[in-house]
Amino acid sequence: MGEGTELGRVRGLGAAHEGEEGWMQQRMTAVGNLLLVGFLVISIILLPDLSYPTVSEWLRHPLPAVAMALLVANVFWHARLGLRELIGDYVHEDGNKFACLLLVNFAWAGGTAFGLFCLARVAFSAVTAAAGGAA
Amino acid sequence: MATRPLSPHLSIWKWGPHMLVSILHRITGDGMAFVALPVLLYWLGSLAAGPEAYASFEHQATSWYGYVILVGISWAFFNHMSSGIRHFVMDVGAGYEIHTNKRWSVATPIIGILLTAAFWAAVTWY
Repeated sequence: MGEGTELGRVRGLGAAHEGEEGWMQQRMTAVGNLLLVGFLVISIILLPDLSYPTVSEWLRHPLPAVAMALLVANVFWHARLGLRELIGDYVHEDGNKFACLLLVNFAWAGGTAFGLFCLARVAFSAVTAAAGGAA
Repeated sequence: MATRPLSPHLSIWKWGPHMLVSILHRITGDGMAFVALPVLLYWLGSLAAGPEAYASFEHQATSWYGYVILVGISWAFFNHMSSGIRHFVMDVGAGYEIHTNKRWSVATPIIGILLTAAFWAAVTWY
């Protein structure tokens, strides 16, 4: 392996074979977002109102609860990939880049966990007295 | 970072609609990461915390700045969605002919605005 140019140092090592992974995940999650955010958009339109009783009752049903949980996981992963691309394009200094990637990873993990926990809490909560015999 | 000269990639090109679509895709996508996702968590968090917390969320969301943010988020989503679908078409190698490309570049942000208007009309009147 040469000590000369950057090209000389990598020549002959072959392709990494994993460079397209993020690119493909961005597309996969984009299709997921199309379905899941589409579901949320249509639900917002179709729900009679967005009051606390209506929305929490809606999230007690399995289909909306699972769709919203998938939405949180999918949308946060898609955003993580998009922010990593932004950092790759505009943050060039190694230390700053590391700090930004760390922050994005923490925000992704924290946001996903918080969103899923909140959804679980609503979905598994007991129906309040106001709902009467609905349970 | 190596101190080599950069090619003047931003300053020498005549602006075309495809360039606007490209930068809007980035602005709306990363903008949603910074604004829409915190709002989504605020909404879910207030739902999980109970009726009083949800009432305070509703109070913020239905204020004038709440509507500005929510309309902005919905526009960012529909704009990002329509330019994202354009990305999919171009990913399979279609739509690179200069007139086709220009036509869909002009159509993309207009479709985003129309879908935003249709969404709020549906929310308001349906």
